[in-house]
Amino acid sequence: MIGEGTHSTNQRRHNYVQENVEVGFFTDPTVCIGCKACEVACKEWNEVPDDGFTWSGNSYDNTGHLGASTWRHVMFLEQDRQKGNQVVGSYSLGNGDDPFRWVFLSDVCKHCEEAGCLEACPTGSIVRTEVGSVLVQDDVCNGCGYCVVSCPFGVIDRRPEPLPNAGGAFKCTFCYDRQKSGLVPACAKVCPTESIVFGRLDDLRARATQRVQELRQHGYDDAQLYDPQETSVRGIHAFFLILGEPEAYGLPPKPQVPTIYLRSAWTAAIATAIASIIATLVAFAFSS
Amino acid sequence: MDAPASEKRLEQLREKAWQEGVVPGRGVDVVGGPIPRKPGYYGEPVVKPPVWTWEIPLYFFFGGIAGMSAVIAFAAVLFHHVDVARTAMWLAAIAGAVLSPILLIMDLGRPHLFLNMLRVFKHRSTMSMGVWILTAFGTCAVPGVIALELHTHQIFTSTLDQLLSFAAGIFIFGAAIFGTLLATYTGVLIGATAIPAWFLHRTLLPIHFGTAGLGSAAALLELLGHRISALNFIGFYAAAVETALLIWLSVDKHGVADRAIHEHGSGWLIRIGEVLNGPLALILRFFGLVPLAAISFLIGALISRVGWIAVGKVSGSDPESVFAAERY
Repeated sequence: MIGEGTHSTNQRRHNYVQENVEVGFFTDPTVCIGCKACEVACKEWNEVPDDGFTWSGNSYDNTGHLGASTWRHVMFLEQDRQKGNQVVGSYSLGNGDDPFRWVFLSDVCKHCEEAGCLEACPTGSIVRTEVGSVLVQDDVCNGCGYCVVSCPFGVIDRRPEPLPNAGGAFKCTFCYDRQKSGLVPACAKVCPTESIVFGRLDDLRARATQRVQELRQHGYDDAQLYDPQETSVRGIHAFFLILGEPEAYGLPPKPQVPTIYLRSAWTAAIATAIASIIATLVAFAFSS
Repeated sequence: MDAPASEKRLEQLREKAWQEGVVPGRGVDVVGGPIPRKPGYYGEPVVKPPVWTWEIPLYFFFGGIAGMSAVIAFAAVLFHHVDVARTAMWLAAIAGAVLSPILLIMDLGRPHLFLNMLRVFKHRSTMSMGVWILTAFGTCAVPGVIALELHTHQIFTSTLDQLLSFAAGIFIFGAAIFGTLLATYTGVLIGATAIPAWFLHRTLLPIHFGTAGLGSAAALLELLGHRISALNFIGFYAAAVETALLIWLSVDKHGVADRAIHEHGSGWLIRIGEVLNGPLALILRFFGLVPLAAISFLIGALISRVGWIAVGKVSGSDPESVFAAERY
């Protein structure tokens, strides 16, 4: 926490990988200042190539969305709602008393408990690490692209030519290399307001619940946690506090891991296989 | 909109916005203030659309032909149509053991690492299952066609020839079993994903892909000169099933969630493909116009495969479809 200095879980060294401790990110938009230091730190540490230099016109967000070369993405939401007990005045939208708030949220791979990409990967390139995160081993990935359509959050993507290491699928590594050496992921390490908190998953969940209560007391009526534990995804390691509806952040309200569709699809496939064999045998039997 | 970012460019955009109220390209319309009115987060996709290019629909097409050709070959061997069996096995071997792997490898982001597919066997990954099905199919189809040809031409003496005949039977049976899976698993492959228009039709897709494969195999054999009533019967069966699927697709609508199937260019591809391999092929066959029916079915089967991949791209880029699909 801010004020704990080098004792903060965002700064102190740890042995989570060696001790097999489940870790996570808790991201809190109410203290985010939209500085994008997390995006920069991620790019620098992981040597992620550029993801295009375009004007989006969408508030101050010219990053757009997560992708093969965007592993952290700070969202800028402009909403016509009040932010907590914010005093609404003549400076809001120019015409008097319209409520207005600017919300920043740093998006990242969710590192699902039941990960669609991991289940889909046919090469075994995507694995689960000791700390519960989902990792793509770049030297094994052959770029089949099946993880891309299997992620319910649209995180992972195949990197196009002519970027370095093109052809493979990429996403946030949870800075597995740093964690192995006892370091905190780059984005959490640099976050100046500790909007991104890194730590033990159970600690973070407790802390997040407390934070929601705190915010509600301060008038943030629509503060809630985004951590889909009731769906087939069964919870995420990088979870968020959000103001308002998840849809506004491009987060699916009820994400599902696509493996739940396998049973009905394979049943139809086997039925078709049997029907085709029977139809063919009947065709030849009656015409012979 | 891709001009270099600079203050001058920003001035140009402001000027344009002031005059027209709208900035072309990416971004929100500026009239009425900064509150975005696009669905989701500035209309950005919630899930990622498929990265697959033209190789994949073509692979679905040839994989379907290859797999179901082996089924026809098996039935033809059983009922002593050796000519049909030989052509069908050649189709199975060429489309299944040559064209299909080439198309699959070409589509990879890193084709030189294609062998990594064979590192693991994951029954929960349809892509992994598909690679093993294709491998098993090729392993049966190629020796199957060689044994069948050697047996037909009576190359060897009686004992060895009997052995060859037995081997041909086993391999063709194996190719037929893996062939039915090869033709249908592709429906599971795209049905068990996070793309709304795909997973909402996960039971229809394997039926459609498998039946289109069977009809295409029969149609191709007919066009190659095998005008026998058994293939005509299969043609009727496949076109009838496809007609039923066309009706199913137009009844089983999910509104916004699967609008990519009913709207846009992707919707037209699906409709044209289904009409060609459904009712049109059925009518042409009914009037005895077998070659025309065969051509209609083949073109329809190919277009609908292209259509389903196009549907995935449209549906995956549509945030509203993803939100709406979560109600089902």
